[in-house]
Amino acid sequence: MTEHQPIEHDVLVIGAGGAGLRAAIEARSHGASVGLVCKSLLGKAHTVMAEGGIAAALSNVDDRDDWKVHFADTMRGGQYLNNYRMAELHAKEAPSRVRELEAWGALFDRAADGSILQRNFGGHAYPRLAHVGDRTGLEMIRTLQDYAVHQGIDDHMECAVIELLTDGERVVGAFAFDRDRGTFKVFRAKAVVLATGGVGKAYRITSNSWEYTGDGHALAYRAGAALIDMEFVQFHPTGMVWPPSVAGILVTEGVRGEGGVLRNSIGERFMFGDIPPLYRNQTADNEEEGWRYTQGDKDARRPPELLTRDHVARCIVREIKEGRGSPHGGVFLDIAWIKERLPNAAEHIRRKLPSMYHQFKELADIDITEEPMEVGPTTHYVMGGVRVDADSQMTDVPGLFAAGECAAGLHGANRLGGNSLSDLLVFGKRAGEYAARFARENAAGRIAREQLDEVSRIALEPFERSVDAGGAENAFGIQQDLQELMQDQVGIVRNERDLRDALEGIDRLRDRAGRVAVSGNREYNPGWHTALDLRNLLAFSEAIARAALERRESRGAHTRLDYPDKDETFGKRTIVIRKDPDGGLAVSREPIAAIPDELQRIIDARK
Amino acid sequence: MPTATFRIWRGKAGSGGFRDYDCEISEGMVVLDAVHRIQAEQATDLACRWNCKAGKCGSCSAEINGSPRLMCMTRLNQLPLQKPVTIEPMQAFPVVKDLVSDVSWNFAVKKRIKPFAPRPPDSDDGSWRILQRDVDRVQEFRKCIECFLCQDVCHVLREHHLHDQFIGPRFLVYAAALEMHPLDTESRVGELRASDGIGYCNITKCCTKVCPEHITITDNAIIPLKERVVDEFYDPLRKVFRVFQK
Repeated sequence: MTEHQPIEHDVLVIGAGGAGLRAAIEARSHGASVGLVCKSLLGKAHTVMAEGGIAAALSNVDDRDDWKVHFADTMRGGQYLNNYRMAELHAKEAPSRVRELEAWGALFDRAADGSILQRNFGGHAYPRLAHVGDRTGLEMIRTLQDYAVHQGIDDHMECAVIELLTDGERVVGAFAFDRDRGTFKVFRAKAVVLATGGVGKAYRITSNSWEYTGDGHALAYRAGAALIDMEFVQFHPTGMVWPPSVAGILVTEGVRGEGGVLRNSIGERFMFGDIPPLYRNQTADNEEEGWRYTQGDKDARRPPELLTRDHVARCIVREIKEGRGSPHGGVFLDIAWIKERLPNAAEHIRRKLPSMYHQFKELADIDITEEPMEVGPTTHYVMGGVRVDADSQMTDVPGLFAAGECAAGLHGANRLGGNSLSDLLVFGKRAGEYAARFARENAAGRIAREQLDEVSRIALEPFERSVDAGGAENAFGIQQDLQELMQDQVGIVRNERDLRDALEGIDRLRDRAGRVAVSGNREYNPGWHTALDLRNLLAFSEAIARAALERRESRGAHTRLDYPDKDETFGKRTIVIRKDPDGGLAVSREPIAAIPDELQRIIDARK
Repeated sequence: MPTATFRIWRGKAGSGGFRDYDCEISEGMVVLDAVHRIQAEQATDLACRWNCKAGKCGSCSAEINGSPRLMCMTRLNQLPLQKPVTIEPMQAFPVVKDLVSDVSWNFAVKKRIKPFAPRPPDSDDGSWRILQRDVDRVQEFRKCIECFLCQDVCHVLREHHLHDQFIGPRFLVYAAALEMHPLDTESRVGELRASDGIGYCNITKCCTKVCPEHITITDNAIIPLKERVVDEFYDPLRKVFRVFQK
């Protein structure tokens, strides 16, 4: 094989969304040399699509808010399966991370007194989301990107990691390829931070881009790290449903935060009919009170449209299944109605939700200031991921760190909107800091030639096969079949038979993936890239299905038709997935750590 | 299902040409959908960049029937489908392969522009008080998704290839966002006049017309910056003042 001259960094960050950029900035500020690998161009990562805002208890709009309320909201939203220490750190540190963004140039919308304005969002007791209209993610990624490029970080754009390199138990680098030239790149690093995001591309209806193929999850799993909470996939309640080619594109929760309401085909605000006991005390029981809440009345309780995403998604599915859906198989989300309450409503909507206005105008010929949108659930986020230490973000593999969506723990069984952007900042920073520390305290490891040979052999296999040979498979076709399978059998509602069928289906798809052939050469070849992605997508999909089979209850984002209720035993257990020594996938249940008394008191006080 | 013909540029720098692909089309489809369908079914090595497919990331820039557009936001029902739809890479940059151009020059230019330098915070917790009306003006510029379509259409770059003397509309917008940032204390006016080549812009507003984010690039960003340059370097009163200062 060809020689691979390793590129050396103290810390290698894989992924350049919010978490990766924040980790790279932090590691660099501690003196580490940093390499930043991104699958796309800088600034295009999925963070750019986040709309609603960054949750942080700044208490600018409502002074009753503080980290304790944010902590309690996060734990309740996650049905208490969260890693309590992560939830605590997140709630305490998010405000500083937001202010830091402003010091780096971000410009959030302002309150009347000139402080950062905060908006309402599902599951948050008080207006808490710092935002810029409905393009908060763009503001965040651009701020981090523009700051990072002046810090002396080496970026490697359009470069994808195929495998982590290990020396004994420890991670020592990564094997990657340049997407444009198709050449291999070997990175030697003392510490590696995974910040690769999620895996929406395992599903047909998704708000995620092509990049979301579970790379970090799969890389960590193959390197020996544990994955937890994989059964919890968040289906965002409101994605576009029509026209078909845009199905799945996100419609921000901010629409509901600004007073938008959900109605079924008979005009009923169906969310009022199903308010879970855990939230009954905090939820409005009439439309008038709900409206007052969205307009900042501190005595009003939030409308049921702003219940947690798992619950709203399930209610929408029920309405559709029971025949009260909209013409194209969704329900109605109406913001136009606020003209009954507000002067200049149309202008208000365009100012508060500019990209939603344009998205519907340009892609669906709908003017949201005049008529309701049609929406339905879309695969949005994965709560599950690589298990990490709460403080340092180090995984079970020494030298390997994970932050952001690919790490797990903060969100438990369901993530609150707005907690993702703050997650990226809080734990991106921590991962960068501790990775730099690990790099300082450990020498570079040894990269084994055999491992490089093996990975390069696997990567080039699809070129060895002829596309014209009998049984040759097209990578795009397999990906589409996997998406159908996951959507139908490992989707919002699940049962044992479907999950077992899905696992058999995944095995068959894996056989087919072993016969993928690609045409053309290695230069910017999407067929080859998709073939490489399949390996991660399949590993990830199997992990979700196995974890979903194991959790025999319904909780948060995981709904089992055959076990429709919560089961207290499972309420104290985490489903853990590891690679067992003979290469198979091992599932186990582990007890979750007992929560310290002082944190429990905070939760109890808010019940 | 009806079909349409897509005439897509295939090849690499120095060698390539258009190839026709017939593709089934359905309601609501955008150009990027057609490219994906062709990629999955007919040409798995057809290279194109894309990410969000919702007009938010600015990756899928190309020239559709000769005009710079985002493929994900160009609906087929807005195009005349009785003749082939041509799709080619942006012309102001070198081509990598097929629809993918090498936009690395843009990243290098951005690095050159003096970074944000805020005034000291107003409060001990590191925060500032800013009025919404002072934020509004700059927020328009910060909507930019860096699709580089404005760079592509700008004749200074596209036809005259003055990439080494002119930073292009995107980075004039970027400079404007920094210069008009309510907290920024840095001045970039000297560079705008000299190395950034703002004088090359003769305000034909082509950039404003192609901006998918509808940023009023010329009127709101470039012209005010030109005025700052004039104030700083060509104002006769200031000139006299400077003479006396010496």
